[in-house]
Amino acid sequence: MRRRFGLQKAGPRNRSDQRAELLLGALACVVLALIAGMIFFVFEKAWPSFTHNGVAWFSPWAGGNADDELVAIFQSPGDPAHYVYTMHAWPLIYATVLITATAVVISTVFAVLSAMFIVEFAPAGIRRVLEPVVRLLAAVPSVIYGLIGILVVVKFFNDHLIAQSAKDSVAGVAALNGFSWGVGALILTVMITPIMIAIVVDALRSVPIGWKEGSVSLGVNRWRALWTVSVRAARPAIVAAAVLATARALGEAIMLSMVTGSVGFQPNPIDGFIFFIEPARPLAATIVDNAEGLSVTPFAQTLYAFAAVLLVSAAFLSFGGWYIRRRLRAYTLSPI
Amino acid sequence: MSTPATTTGSRADSLRRRIRRPNLPKPRLPRRDRGLLKQEEIVPWSLADRIGLAAAWFCGLLLCAIAGSIVIYMLVRGLQYLSVDALLEHPVSLSTTQITGTAGGYLDPIEGTLILTALGTLIALPIGVGTAVWLSEYGKPAGLARAVESGVEIVAGTPTIVLAIFGLLVFTQGAFGFLSFKAEGGAVFGRSFLIAGIMMSLIAVPLIVGATREALQSIPAHVREASYALGKDKISTIRRVLLPASRKGIATGTTLGMGRIAGDTAIVILLLGGTSTLEPQGGTPILGTLKGTGSTLTSYVYNNSPAGEGNAPEKAYAAAFVLLIIVILMNFTVDLISRQRSDPWAR
Repeated sequence: MRRRFGLQKAGPRNRSDQRAELLLGALACVVLALIAGMIFFVFEKAWPSFTHNGVAWFSPWAGGNADDELVAIFQSPGDPAHYVYTMHAWPLIYATVLITATAVVISTVFAVLSAMFIVEFAPAGIRRVLEPVVRLLAAVPSVIYGLIGILVVVKFFNDHLIAQSAKDSVAGVAALNGFSWGVGALILTVMITPIMIAIVVDALRSVPIGWKEGSVSLGVNRWRALWTVSVRAARPAIVAAAVLATARALGEAIMLSMVTGSVGFQPNPIDGFIFFIEPARPLAATIVDNAEGLSVTPFAQTLYAFAAVLLVSAAFLSFGGWYIRRRLRAYTLSPI
Repeated sequence: MSTPATTTGSRADSLRRRIRRPNLPKPRLPRRDRGLLKQEEIVPWSLADRIGLAAAWFCGLLLCAIAGSIVIYMLVRGLQYLSVDALLEHPVSLSTTQITGTAGGYLDPIEGTLILTALGTLIALPIGVGTAVWLSEYGKPAGLARAVESGVEIVAGTPTIVLAIFGLLVFTQGAFGFLSFKAEGGAVFGRSFLIAGIMMSLIAVPLIVGATREALQSIPAHVREASYALGKDKISTIRRVLLPASRKGIATGTTLGMGRIAGDTAIVILLLGGTSTLEPQGGTPILGTLKGTGSTLTSYVYNNSPAGEGNAPEKAYAAAFVLLIIVILMNFTVDLISRQRSDPWAR
């Protein structure tokens, strides 16, 4: 078959070329099949946990203590007919959403402002040091953040920020020993902010200089030129950065299992300040904490149900981000 | 403050010069204005603008403070607890330390990190580059290409803990017994360097695909046309022209992937068996190690933190310091690669 010459995808064809195309296509198909297989098998394994609980699995009004339920599932009898599946995972889902949302909202604001600082306002000396350090912080493994969190931040909270009276007030319900969702969200913010800054800085730099010059020629001041032109043009990149950061935050298991206290407790906003220092445990951390129990069939199925929820949220997140980016791109012309 | 107009030439001439060299009027100031001249601002700084500027400065300085304190803290702790001898000693458990007084080293975790990183990268590289080449140079049928693209994106967003327990689900099947070892009852253990490496490669594949695609797409069409005009077919063009030209992108993506693999903990904890020393399986020297269990620096840090069984913070700090050095070196490599002179047509 002859195709028009000069197009990027055209070119001379012969037997070996066709073979190469088939080979590479097969490789891509294998990758695709692997991913489809992952989604399928995780769901297949998780299915009993969902069917046995129905809506109560997700429902905020189902009640019940997630930790007690996990223990009951772990101790369920060996006979498959008597497996225990009761799992009301709302406290874990709530903790995941609470920690992720808090960290992402704070770090989005922080990252956009810091990126503006780096691109526009920072003295050259600070900028030269700050940029490599930000890239380094984005690459620091989460277990190191977890280590700093558990040995420094948690200890500091426990020793200096939590009054004994506060500890006594909830003594029977939850232990306020510094291990808390607040510390988790704080360290998560520090973890994901550099990732976002790196992306937003690149985007702000790639805004055509003429756009900003246009606004400056109308007499606009520096801040407003940056805010109304550059930041607006970089919106697709900001969304992309936020999506990436949310994916990292959702899936963060090790660091959160180290600092959030590993209790399936549901922090309650009406508790006032104590709310921020109440323990919790998100879904991903629950999987890490209970990985030894994977040999018990119903327990493993429950853990795979957690994994399935994470998988679906990650997929929705990437498609949602893609959709928002496409909508925003229509208004910016910027090929970000 | 003088403007260029006062020095020479007509108005238009001075205007052009100002557009090209915006710093001329104030040569002694740093380039913080970036071409935006203060005296030309007509819109006054409103309160909101001032608050915004202050917030940007605040965030920037806070960022400096946080970054500095993390780096300095890890440096101090690392240098405080790291001993060079321990780099070449095998790790020991906490109970051994209490009895004999030897603290043990981190030779095995370092070896584990290196083995796992190399293994994951070796698996991910051909898959990632092949997929990227297919997506960017062939990509037919279009529907399949889009499906592969979104599939890679989903893997990029999947938490590593999910990858880890998916790996456990797959590789404990009897058919994959050759990758780890079988217990007495015939059950497959499903935890080994090979298995962890395979799952780790899934972390690196999206990064390599993304970087390679970007590099391939930045090569202009006339380079391909020149190769076709010399009678090369498509696959030789890819092999001889396009891949060498996109070396830089491939290297950047691969190094980023290596950093992610070296820093991942969840897969190691679930899929590497959790022994602190390398425990080869079977007699064959290299294959035995790959089929065996072990630990990496990340799992060593985790296990020696108060969250793990060890609870020996000084060991954890020292290992975290070594890990940080490895990550910094990889970061530095990425910097070096991306600063290299690129091929004349590639950007």
